[in-house]
Amino acid sequence: MKYLEAIRLAQAELLAEDKRVFIYGQDIAGPFGGAFKATKGLSERFPERVLNSPISEDAMTAIAIGAAMDGLRPIVEFQFADFASVAFNQLVNHAGTIYYRTGLPCPIVARLPAGGTPGGGPFHCQMPEAWVSHHPGLVVVAPATVADAYFMLKDAVACRDPVVFIEHKYLYYHLEAEFDPRTAEHPGLGRAVVRRPGEDLTIVAWSGMVHHALAAAAELDANHGISAEVVDLRCVRPLDSETILASLSRTGRIIIASEGWPVGGPGAEVAALVAERGFTYLDAPPVRLAAQDTPIPFHPDLFAAHHPDDQAIVQAALDLAKF
Amino acid sequence: MSDSALRIKLFKTMVLARTLDDRMAKLKAQGEVAGSAFLGRGQEAFSGAAGIRLRPGDVFAPLIRDQAGRLAFGESLLDVTRTVLGRRTGPMRGRDGNVHRGDWPAGRLPMISHLGAMVGTVVGTLLARRIAGRQQAGDLNVGVAAIGDGGMNTGALHEALNAAAVERLPLILLVADNQYAYSTSTDRTFACKHLVERAVGYGMAGHRCDGTDADACLDTVGEAIAAARAGKGPQMVVADLLRLAGHGTHDDASYVAEDVKSRFGDCLQLHERTLTQQGILDVAAIAAMRDEARTQVEAAVEQARAEPQPDPAAEEWMARSERDLVNLRAP
Repeated sequence: MKYLEAIRLAQAELLAEDKRVFIYGQDIAGPFGGAFKATKGLSERFPERVLNSPISEDAMTAIAIGAAMDGLRPIVEFQFADFASVAFNQLVNHAGTIYYRTGLPCPIVARLPAGGTPGGGPFHCQMPEAWVSHHPGLVVVAPATVADAYFMLKDAVACRDPVVFIEHKYLYYHLEAEFDPRTAEHPGLGRAVVRRPGEDLTIVAWSGMVHHALAAAAELDANHGISAEVVDLRCVRPLDSETILASLSRTGRIIIASEGWPVGGPGAEVAALVAERGFTYLDAPPVRLAAQDTPIPFHPDLFAAHHPDDQAIVQAALDLAKF
Repeated sequence: MSDSALRIKLFKTMVLARTLDDRMAKLKAQGEVAGSAFLGRGQEAFSGAAGIRLRPGDVFAPLIRDQAGRLAFGESLLDVTRTVLGRRTGPMRGRDGNVHRGDWPAGRLPMISHLGAMVGTVVGTLLARRIAGRQQAGDLNVGVAAIGDGGMNTGALHEALNAAAVERLPLILLVADNQYAYSTSTDRTFACKHLVERAVGYGMAGHRCDGTDADACLDTVGEAIAAARAGKGPQMVVADLLRLAGHGTHDDASYVAEDVKSRFGDCLQLHERTLTQQGILDVAAIAAMRDEARTQVEAAVEQARAEPQPDPAAEEWMARSERDLVNLRAP
């Protein structure tokens, strides 16, 4: 099953199992089925609950908030995560404040197709986790695997709080795995997991970057005799600090790899966590890898050099191992 | 013309709202209110008419100057005094204040400050009712969203109205054109002749009324709400009126031009004059209403004053409903 198919399957099951679930977004109804086909075939089965919206990200989110307050479990599909900036106010000032202000839950799920693909350019490749994670009241998740795409979407809909669900566009069709929901492991929504155990250093990543981290760990093991542990955050707000610190306590060295920009994101949060609560575990300063601090370039060569990849992680690990 | 009982009910609501607003302004002057107090003086007829025309099961997203509409749609005086005085016992528990209060189970949405933001939220509640099959054709529960001339220029409002029209939902947008967006007069904020002209562009029905004329408000808002209930889609009602106060108590409204002031009367005085001239209420009855309003407001102030403030040491500093995300799994 492909990552995108897992998202579609989860939504099909949610619609079938729970009449409170409805999906609202641009171009999501049939026969088109969404810019990335995440809702293909769903409006035919659930015509009242899979609805095309105007190009109105603020209203899409406001409508989801109202519907959630009125008892539904809306999923809003943004066409690209970049465009969710138009809905920023509704997400952070409205959805994110309702519970604290009123004691009432606001169970919306905002699905944000994120991450870079060559040729996408500055406005179709962004990772939005930093800007939504700053604000209290939101849960921000970034699944990296087929199983997580499925389970975390279901968990996000079950969650009583607003969830920003960041799905990686490159993984949609490029990530495929054997997956049986009846037997696959299903960690809780907010839990980080160790994707590959190791002893010499920890690589923390989330979303698409997890796969660069796993490739780097494999190469470090095969060619350099370095055993790297890969921690997949899964949920970037709140952070599962215990799993991160437990890994660091085993390895003493940590690399935090982010596809997003360097300032103020989950990478900075993990580094701060390590400095505040994992200082005595550290045998070397924590290393942060992040995108270049510029808008995302259009040209495939510039794009490829804009964010870290497995080779960048390998190089950082070799340097860190020497410290 | 609405029946006398309804016209008296609106007058009584307006008296209570004005009395309450005046008392809140005094509490502010006495140093008991954090932040500003926000008053609806001059807008009671329009707002109150909407509240009176709503029924249980409807949705109301009031804004800054909707004290009258809130009261008419069921808000208690204690909800107001507790929130304005920041008491732990109030609906916002000191976590939010003044006009941001609401009571969603009762249909009153708690506004955020960003103008236009609540309109789409009302649309969402109406869409949810349709999806869940909770609406009865021809007798729909409706949603009223309040906005002003200033908020009419936000992108959020535009997006929400368009979506409401596309879905043909029973939304009533209540536009109080009170001549100033904070201090900026409308010649600097829109260029169409009258805001109601915008309705046709959205595919909504447009209505306008004199916001200083309580009877006109009762009739026009009543017609718009009835049309929405009947399934005729979203309605826009624009009232021409003047805010008879500053944006908040911090604002002396000295920017309001004399010629603008001379164009607008006080809806409360005008309604009183009409009702007495027509023999519907006499001076003694009105005096009794004012006394009763003062007594009720004073009791609500005294009760809230006696109640506890929030305790920072006991505050649960938690913005999420879900405490344990690490173990949260769908059933």
